[in-house]
Amino acid sequence: MEKVKLTIDNKLIEVEKGTTIYKAAKQLGIDIPVLCYMNLEDLGIENKPGGCRICVVEVEGRRNLAPSCSTDCAEGMVVNTHSIRVINARRTVMEFILSDHPKDCLTCAKSGNCELQDMAVKLGIREIPGQEYAAMSTYKMDFSPSLIRELDKCIMCRRCEMMCNDFQTVGALSAFKRGFEAAVGPAFEMDIEDSTCTYCGQCVAVCPTGALTEKDHTREVINALSDPTKTVIVQTAPAVRAALGEEFGLKPGTLVTGKMVAALRRLGFNYVFDTDFAADLTIMEEGTELLGRLTKHLNGDKEVKLPILTSCCPAWVNFFEHNFPDMKEIPSTARSPQQMFGAIAKTYFADKIKVKREDLVVISIMPCLAKKYEAQRDEFKVDGNPDVDFSLSTRELAHLIKQANLDFKSLPDEDFDKPLGESTGAAVIFGVTGGVIEAAVRTAYELQTGKKLERVEFEQLRGMESIRKATIDFNGTPINIGIAHGLGNARKLLEDIKAGKSEFHAIEIMACPGGCIGGGGQPLHHSDSSILKARTKAIFAEDEAKVLRKSHENPYIIKLYEEFLGKPMSEKAHHLLHTHYFDKSGKIEIS
Amino acid sequence: MSRIKVKVKEKDLNTIKEICKSFNNEQGELINVLHKTQEHFGYLPAEIQEVVAQELEMSVAKVYGVVTFYSFFTMKPKGKFPISICTGTACYVRGAENVLAEFKRQLNIEVGETTEDGKFSLSCLRCVGACGLAPVVLVGEKTYGRVSPEGVKDILAEYNDK
Repeated sequence: MEKVKLTIDNKLIEVEKGTTIYKAAKQLGIDIPVLCYMNLEDLGIENKPGGCRICVVEVEGRRNLAPSCSTDCAEGMVVNTHSIRVINARRTVMEFILSDHPKDCLTCAKSGNCELQDMAVKLGIREIPGQEYAAMSTYKMDFSPSLIRELDKCIMCRRCEMMCNDFQTVGALSAFKRGFEAAVGPAFEMDIEDSTCTYCGQCVAVCPTGALTEKDHTREVINALSDPTKTVIVQTAPAVRAALGEEFGLKPGTLVTGKMVAALRRLGFNYVFDTDFAADLTIMEEGTELLGRLTKHLNGDKEVKLPILTSCCPAWVNFFEHNFPDMKEIPSTARSPQQMFGAIAKTYFADKIKVKREDLVVISIMPCLAKKYEAQRDEFKVDGNPDVDFSLSTRELAHLIKQANLDFKSLPDEDFDKPLGESTGAAVIFGVTGGVIEAAVRTAYELQTGKKLERVEFEQLRGMESIRKATIDFNGTPINIGIAHGLGNARKLLEDIKAGKSEFHAIEIMACPGGCIGGGGQPLHHSDSSILKARTKAIFAEDEAKVLRKSHENPYIIKLYEEFLGKPMSEKAHHLLHTHYFDKSGKIEIS
Repeated sequence: MSRIKVKVKEKDLNTIKEICKSFNNEQGELINVLHKTQEHFGYLPAEIQEVVAQELEMSVAKVYGVVTFYSFFTMKPKGKFPISICTGTACYVRGAENVLAEFKRQLNIEVGETTEDGKFSLSCLRCVGACGLAPVVLVGEKTYGRVSPEGVKDILAEYNDK
């Protein structure tokens, strides 16, 4: 690889040709401020439109200032990142950006966690000249079941556009118009609800301002908790415990399962349960469905639909309903763990504690924004009453905890309640890419072969590569497994299936980078991919620490089938734990 | 595609398909496709953009982004006689603004709008390369030079019976 030598702020450095000035400076410990630029290393996610101009530097011999995020290093270059010319230019750029930005920081949902605000602090902005000449845009706010768009706060960094188009290939968002009116949104400025948005929330996860935020449901939860006629129970998704600590200043990757349970109990929830219980249940249903289809296939049944696709990820479900409706028979019919939990809580558990369905409120804590949409789907309601009443993101839970004056870090470690709080290691790993299929393999292998697994870890299914393939030997029968995270990667596998080129028996798909640990409802990673890796490690650590690591060994799952459901895929299980999908694609009709 | 159902006349659908096909349905030809499509229909309503997006296999959000970025493209139907006033430097200096104001007053419409009878629409453009004739006004394909506010009435009168 060819190398180039250059000087940045009087320090000599040698880098590979093609390295940007921004990255070279970083190696020297020089942190050039960036706003539109974003890079999630090792995940192949980079945004460098060179649009905001905050990262400009002075290059000797060059007439104008260079955007360091998108200018490559050259031999003999002399770069100054904080000359008076640079400092003045950077300040002017920032003043221009702020001149037509709403000034409601005190009440903005992003306040305290806003990259634009942080930049204003870093650059010491004390006044914004030129405001009187700026024509503020006046877009109406767009409320959807999962996210809220406030386009007047858009600074055209176009990170959301990159995530929606390049990474997810959803194409709901694009930059439109120009000048003060320029913003990013769906075609014809339609509501996001009418677009092909999957609610994956990755636009929210990368937005540096308050333009894109989640629909906040904390008020509804506080109201339920203070209603004496209601029994309020909560379920927590696996990825939440690996990230919640970050909101309280703990190191990324710190597991806070026990403290989270303690906090939820102090918030007033009557029972603190675990979505992991329902993840074990998912494996029982989905694993049985997989084995059923596989057995038929191996016996020569040509009608059977393979590969089977996982159906836990609600953004993924939205994606194929919009884009591949002709393939809606392929995904597993198993509901997601959130919805399985809700269905069991409002039947089996409600009966046990003798509370009427309408007096039981089920709250879920999710790393996800699509879960908010999923919870309000009509097919998951009984007489208008939803199985899951409200879904909160990890960030919203942190707000609730802070509002309740709890010193999170000093809380004791407490255990989940029984019976819906017991889970195995297989359920925990649902939170990372490859985890659901690994959990399914642990159970399906033992049920199919009748043999005990000596080693439950399947390293070949783990990792961060966007598409992974592995073959697992089921006692002489090779089972081909595919894994994709990111909907763009999922699309590639789906196109193969459509073209009849897929050799997989089962495929796991997660919409978000790294799986749920990188979900749209998680603490903001501010484009630091090491945070996602630390969360992944934490999830596997929790799995390893569990005594039980296979879903079918969960004693409370065994009991649930004995007392209530019968067996996996029974009529009752079908009614409560399975679903069907819809064609939600747009059509061009002849009039 | 968006999730909204779109209705298009079969004849129009085929026309757009043919235009796209003449550019090999390449995404990189979007601007050329839009030019040709606007030439045919006079404007680019949402339904037409949906069909273009489908034919070029790209998101309609991107198509809309391009249509709203370039001032040449319009989503509103233009009048039978589209009036364009050059507001480039030379024309501007020689009083294009007053000419524009007079057109607005006489037609009772703003820039980007069309008169109720669908006869005239008003737009601005930057330089037609006839600076020696500044200020310049175009009505359809016809060019008028050294236009003064007083001359606006006469120009409009030419189209009285058309």
